[in-house]
Amino acid sequence: MPEPGGRATASPLMGGSAEPTLRDLSSPGRQAWSFPPLDVPDGDIEIPELAPGPPALPEVAERDLVAHYTRLAHRNFAVDLGAYPLGSCTMKYNPKVCDWAAEHPAFRNLHPSQPAHTTQGALEVLMEAEEILCRLTGMARATFQPPAGAAGELTGLLIMCAYHRSRGRKPGTILIPDSAHGTNPASVTLAGYSVAQLPSDERGMVDLDALRTAVDDDVAGLMLTNPNTLGLFEEDIVEMARIVHEVDGLVYYDGANLNAILGVARPGDMGFDIVHSNLHKTFATPHGGGGPGAGPVAVVDRLVEFLPGPLPVRDGDRLRWEMPASTIGRVHGNHGNFLVVLRALAYMRALGGPGLRRVAERSVLNARYLESLVSEAYEIPYPAPCMHEFVASAAALKRQTGVRAMDVAKALLDRGIHAPTVYFPLVVEEALMVEPTETESLETVEAIAEALLAIAGEAAVDPEHVQRAPHNTPVSRPDDALAARQPVLTWDMERGGGR
Amino acid sequence: MDFTPHTDADVHAMLTRLGLAEPNDLFAHLPAEVRVSGDLGLPEPLSELELMRHIDDLGARNTPGLICFAGGGIYDHYLPPVVRALTLRPEFVTSYTPYQAEVSQGVLQALFEYQSMIAAITGLPVANASLYDGASAGLEAVNLAVGHTGRKGVWISRGLHPHTREIITTFARARELQIVEHPMVGGRTAWAPDAGPEPAAVVFSQPNHLGVIEDYDAAVTLAHGAGALAIAEVDPMLLGIIRSPGAAGCDIAFAEGQPLGNPMSFGGPVLGLFTTTMELLRRLPGRLVGQTFDREGRPAYTLTLRTREQDIRREKASSNICTNQTLNAIAAAVHLAWLGPNGLVEVGRQSMQKARYLAHRVTEIRGVKLAVEAPFGREFPLLLPLDPDDAVAAMADRGFLAGVPLSGDYPELPGGLLVAVTEKRTRHQLDSYAEALEKVVSDA
Repeated sequence: MPEPGGRATASPLMGGSAEPTLRDLSSPGRQAWSFPPLDVPDGDIEIPELAPGPPALPEVAERDLVAHYTRLAHRNFAVDLGAYPLGSCTMKYNPKVCDWAAEHPAFRNLHPSQPAHTTQGALEVLMEAEEILCRLTGMARATFQPPAGAAGELTGLLIMCAYHRSRGRKPGTILIPDSAHGTNPASVTLAGYSVAQLPSDERGMVDLDALRTAVDDDVAGLMLTNPNTLGLFEEDIVEMARIVHEVDGLVYYDGANLNAILGVARPGDMGFDIVHSNLHKTFATPHGGGGPGAGPVAVVDRLVEFLPGPLPVRDGDRLRWEMPASTIGRVHGNHGNFLVVLRALAYMRALGGPGLRRVAERSVLNARYLESLVSEAYEIPYPAPCMHEFVASAAALKRQTGVRAMDVAKALLDRGIHAPTVYFPLVVEEALMVEPTETESLETVEAIAEALLAIAGEAAVDPEHVQRAPHNTPVSRPDDALAARQPVLTWDMERGGGR
Repeated sequence: MDFTPHTDADVHAMLTRLGLAEPNDLFAHLPAEVRVSGDLGLPEPLSELELMRHIDDLGARNTPGLICFAGGGIYDHYLPPVVRALTLRPEFVTSYTPYQAEVSQGVLQALFEYQSMIAAITGLPVANASLYDGASAGLEAVNLAVGHTGRKGVWISRGLHPHTREIITTFARARELQIVEHPMVGGRTAWAPDAGPEPAAVVFSQPNHLGVIEDYDAAVTLAHGAGALAIAEVDPMLLGIIRSPGAAGCDIAFAEGQPLGNPMSFGGPVLGLFTTTMELLRRLPGRLVGQTFDREGRPAYTLTLRTREQDIRREKASSNICTNQTLNAIAAAVHLAWLGPNGLVEVGRQSMQKARYLAHRVTEIRGVKLAVEAPFGREFPLLLPLDPDDAVAAMADRGFLAGVPLSGDYPELPGGLLVAVTEKRTRHQLDSYAEALEKVVSDA
């Protein structure tokens, strides 16, 4: 049934039958490749460690390849197909003109080791993007080497470590709120620190008294997402930063939710010292099924000397690479995910100052509007005004009908809408974390609300149907326990003991 | 220009329902001291056409059309159009990590097939669904070994890519690991069996950064004798020619995966390949796709063994990785399937034969010689009678990206230039390169 204009609820035409693997499609002697004949003298390759024969790869024709991957694409939901209100992930529309930029042959074919005088345009891309990012975050300089948010976190923590070492100190603890993303504590451990968790208060924000108690000389810093993972702005942020700075700790901004405050508020003005941003969230670079992203790290003036390098610097009318004075060293083999930066730059330049601020306004507007509609059927455990996302709870629904947050998520898939993030943050029971983003229309936002309300209604009359959702997707719920108990991770692996 | 679909009437209606007068009111609860009041000095918006002109202008500031002989992990191979055509499907490009398996079977199956093919070419049973790049994959390998053995010593060949060594060192400083570098003699690693602290890992590159083929057994025997994991970095495009790390007994193999399916892209986004043994499966970093069944018994793919991962294990996770390089991994898989077993052999064979031809041609130039006399793959180190940075600049004026200077990372090779050749180079280009280099050398 066609939906009225503007609604992104039409079920995608996704393939319903199993797709064979490339190995199933393989036939000995079939071939897709072609190369020109060798035009230099041939002969035996005399090297030690010669392979005994060709590797066991599938043999397919190009036509097989195209049909296979096109059918696979049909078995995959995406932002380009419909609404994707996946909380914390900022699945906004990715403008095609930015794709065009990333495909530009003047950049695609650059080698990372080229001398700087042959890559002036690429260095200019990095400088321009850095300048905009620093103006938006209130920081002094930024590195684009970290290829993802978690890599940015690790980079920030290594900078903290270098900063304290330069001052002859070696504090060992990083403070993290209990609502933080899992990457935060994982990065802290990887950087050799230990985690001290801060409880949330009844507002859903960091408990200021708990912070005061936790802060001592062993605290190297605080990692914070603001707005936090409940979608709430940490209203005491200035005081929190002051408390941490009192013991010479540093305050790290996890930029996962930067979308909510673009051009409205800046981490630098809140007292943050180190900021990572996720270009694949805030700056509309596509998520690519899980990557590539980019997690640039920007810092205040006094930390610039510790940044990874090399960084581009201006030298008259030319740009060249330079290592910061006390650099922590490289965190990427090359210059980070450069083409992702180029995409993000295209987005920032297209929007400009006014457009970037409108991102914040409309992402918050959509989220708060959706929250007000959804609250008719779902509890909002922390009622402070939400920013770009909100967390609802299916706890009451579960008590009344047995339908859980996961079931609600799966039932949304049946309605052509991607699931919200579920069971996160951990501080909310049966959490549904919803982020509509600014690129969905009023009609689509209303359609998401209608779907969520309809599922709650259905749960009351036929809970089992909801619990067995999804019903019209290419597969139903996979047996995750079997996958983990008897892992089959390649097409050569046999499942021990059978099913 | 922006990409929000709201009309003024929409905004008004939505604000009205919320009891607000204007968009600014959405932020009224933020403390006044943190709200932006002045002008941030951001650029003005651009129309699409203006934006495209701007990107074109920036692109024009790069030197166009250099014929590439640079390598060191990033190579200029032939990329068939089918790779881009399939990889750029918006269903792959604009989806998130496939946590909702029911609507993510496409990405999941593509990754399962990627894992299968990466395992096949490396000869190890398990591959993850990609890491950021070769260098960070090396770091993850060391991290795994440190966790597995409980030791803090890491033995590293000087032939490992300098950037990989640098990243491991960056990280080692914070984690208080002890890195012991083993020197190269005659172009190969001269392992010192009685070196420093007990090693968690013995890490080397096959071929090494100078392009020279290492002795697998020397490294693997040393590692296993010392109770360490043997970790090899490999060149995926040579795995049709050179013995696989799995066949050689390595515990972990990693690689810069860019040559598979991805343009050079100024070095990113690329991808890190990572494979290991079943024994180390539960310590594997990054995402992993497994095959299972759905409720109706149909084959289905899902992210599996997730208890290793940060969103579940938090500070006890095996790695902090969340976002990876899925789209680059899909490109790698399409390319590998396009090549098949014989195409992968052909790429390696042609690249190596052309490298031999070029090495022969340029060492005829007076004053130019190979830095080491040892069997190499598709890359070789030259010693020039001039500063290699100057040589690269002069060669760029003649239309060539001549190679990667080695003297910065290897002061012991003061005139060192690392020259890489792929199947894409024609004999004419190789001859022209040699002629240009001869002029550059004689002008110096």
